[in-house]
Amino acid sequence: MDFQYREEQLAQQDTLSRFLGRDYGFEQRRALAQSESGFSRDHWRQFADLGILALPYPEAFGGLNGNAVDTLLVMEMFGRGLVLEPYLATVVLAGGLIRDAGSQAQKAELLPAIAGGELLLALAHHEPGARYESRHVATAARRDGDGYRVDGAKAVVISGAAADRIIVSARTSGGARDEQGISLFVIDAQAAGVHVRGYPTQDGGRAAEIGFHDVKLPASALIGAEGAALPAIERALDYAIAALCAEAVGAMTAINEATLDYLKTRKQFGQPIGRFQALQHRMVDMVISTEQARSMATLAAVRVDSTDIALRRRSVSAAKAYIGQQARSVGQQAVQLHGGMGVVDELKVAHYFKRLTMINATFGDADHHLGLFGDALLSA
Amino acid sequence: MDLDFTAEEQGHRREVRRFLQDNLPADLANKVKHGKRLVREDFLRWQQILHQRGWGATMWPSAFGGTGWNAVEQHIFEEECANAGAPMQLPFGLKMVAPVIMAFGSPAQQAHFLPRIVAGEDWWCQGYSEPGAGSDLASLTTSAIREGEHYRVNGQKTWNTYGQHADWIFCLVRTASEGRKQEGISFLLIDMKTPGITVRPIIMIDGEHEINEVWFEDVLVPVENRVGEENKGWTYAKFLLGHERTGIAGVGRSKAALKQLKAIARSEQAFGRPLIMDQRFRDRVAQVELELMALEITHLRVLTADHEKRGPGPEASILKIKGSEIQQSLAELMMQALGHYALPWQREALDPDWHGEAIGADYAAPLSGHYFNYRKTTIYGGSNEIQKNIIAQMILGL
Repeated sequence: MDFQYREEQLAQQDTLSRFLGRDYGFEQRRALAQSESGFSRDHWRQFADLGILALPYPEAFGGLNGNAVDTLLVMEMFGRGLVLEPYLATVVLAGGLIRDAGSQAQKAELLPAIAGGELLLALAHHEPGARYESRHVATAARRDGDGYRVDGAKAVVISGAAADRIIVSARTSGGARDEQGISLFVIDAQAAGVHVRGYPTQDGGRAAEIGFHDVKLPASALIGAEGAALPAIERALDYAIAALCAEAVGAMTAINEATLDYLKTRKQFGQPIGRFQALQHRMVDMVISTEQARSMATLAAVRVDSTDIALRRRSVSAAKAYIGQQARSVGQQAVQLHGGMGVVDELKVAHYFKRLTMINATFGDADHHLGLFGDALLSA
Repeated sequence: MDLDFTAEEQGHRREVRRFLQDNLPADLANKVKHGKRLVREDFLRWQQILHQRGWGATMWPSAFGGTGWNAVEQHIFEEECANAGAPMQLPFGLKMVAPVIMAFGSPAQQAHFLPRIVAGEDWWCQGYSEPGAGSDLASLTTSAIREGEHYRVNGQKTWNTYGQHADWIFCLVRTASEGRKQEGISFLLIDMKTPGITVRPIIMIDGEHEINEVWFEDVLVPVENRVGEENKGWTYAKFLLGHERTGIAGVGRSKAALKQLKAIARSEQAFGRPLIMDQRFRDRVAQVELELMALEITHLRVLTADHEKRGPGPEASILKIKGSEIQQSLAELMMQALGHYALPWQREALDPDWHGEAIGADYAAPLSGHYFNYRKTTIYGGSNEIQKNIIAQMILGL
């Protein structure tokens, strides 16, 4: 066992920390969140220059061969800064899927373009009415000559409107909840029949409802083997969940710092409110929750690269469930300790709270993952 | 960052496991696994077996006769011991007074006391709390007045665990009453056979005799049995409490308890199927497992951090709080799993020599008492509220 980070990992965190300090102040971020696209192409180019867009890919495809712990460190900093750029959707989720399931040709075409900052992707997988169930795919892809035609609807596609291309899951056989019969396709976002309805999310981000109406695809759009995509999708979702866990820990760390600062400066009854034991103990609970969450985010990052699938899924669900619970409690306490200032738009605490709340609702909330984790008890 | 055990660490685990298979007496392990009452000889016998292997003090540096193991090696050892049903090594000598003697004791004290602790020759108990000095420990009033080469000690200590078995007690006593109350405290090592010491049992919530009051009436203690300087005892006391908190996390024992909880939940029946199939109960088990998974990593993170060499810092309070909460949750769920068989109080079933007919399942008898007894864990070693005060002051600067 080893609980240290490598020097280059820490150096990269330093670099990101400096970037956040320089380019991601509260007002700068607020302006970005209110802009048309919701993020900055200029930041994205900086990320490409820093190499973080290339982080999780093999060197043969322009990547840096990083592992999930490298991604954890990036996401933790993004959580601290409430970063809005579509890193999770493009680099972690869709890029991760191409890396794991794509053909040589697809990897060669897409990964270097992601790494270079030229291509944005999104994964359109979850569906209206399917909640968080990963195998629930009603969107259909039927054979049409050499290619396919896709019909269906996808729900809350993270960063979906910004994507140049969309990776979509669609059923090539079986019923809506069958494990087998799910296939993956890469679709040009501009293709005829693709309807993207983008919208802002509660936390300043962007997502989209995406409809596919008789979208014609060539055979080369298929990713991996036909009908056998679920394991790769679940792996990519686990990878994204581990990244969200790290982002949550970053946001929890930052909201704690802001709250502690507030306790030391806000005065009532002639003294800083941090002198009151009732508030001190709440603050301590927040710190303990965050340290425990940090341990679980580490667990998720280390285990998401495991080839033992049961161990991977169990660890990731454990982390998402636990961090969902702790993030909720830390966020709510932070707002409470800020008093009225906790529920106004002009302080960052509200924005961290909103992001933490939405992380819980993304890719399975605490109850969903506690259930998955608990179900593993039946087979263990 | 790597959460997998190295080849060396796995080898260490195999070595510990093999040692336990060969050397942990089956009768002892049976007592522990079935929640039987342990007596003085049980604890000492196990300490002596460990000592013969050179593993009597896995948390001590090798210079003092310990193994010099790092945090991960100790963690593996504790996990394997708990899993095998080894009696817990009582902390009072090994983890509490010994680190103080190592850090602040004289060479003569180190040479005399430390080998006897690791060999299981001396049983130590703690003289900290008093009726009027619980969470506010520094307001203690047991007095030690210097008379030539002795201190004359008068007063009363309480919440003294296993004092009925003890050879020695380490005591915080008041040697000065001027100035801040923390500045007049000294740290004495007292032979329990000294005239004037009376031990009176306090029967606990589970009906067991685990703790005592200890009275001192004109007890003469040689000055050479003072650790460190006169009136500097508060510094040593805080140092000791830091070590105590670290041990209290009890991750290894809680992992063994979780295993037992799952086994019980598979054995108990509800609605014609195992209790573990019940979604509400399963969620509770899953919840405490999440807490324990997180604590195991937090525990190792804290103990392998750079303060390993200078003793546990205030972060140890985090381990104490979470560790004690988890122990209580596990104890409560085991009782809850019994359903109405939580009610019978079959005291005789805790007697190791009893072989009568169990009321309900054969694992049931100790569980409710254990639940009641374990309410102590968030109270002792500095209550969890005191731990939060420590974190607020020492880590957060509030």
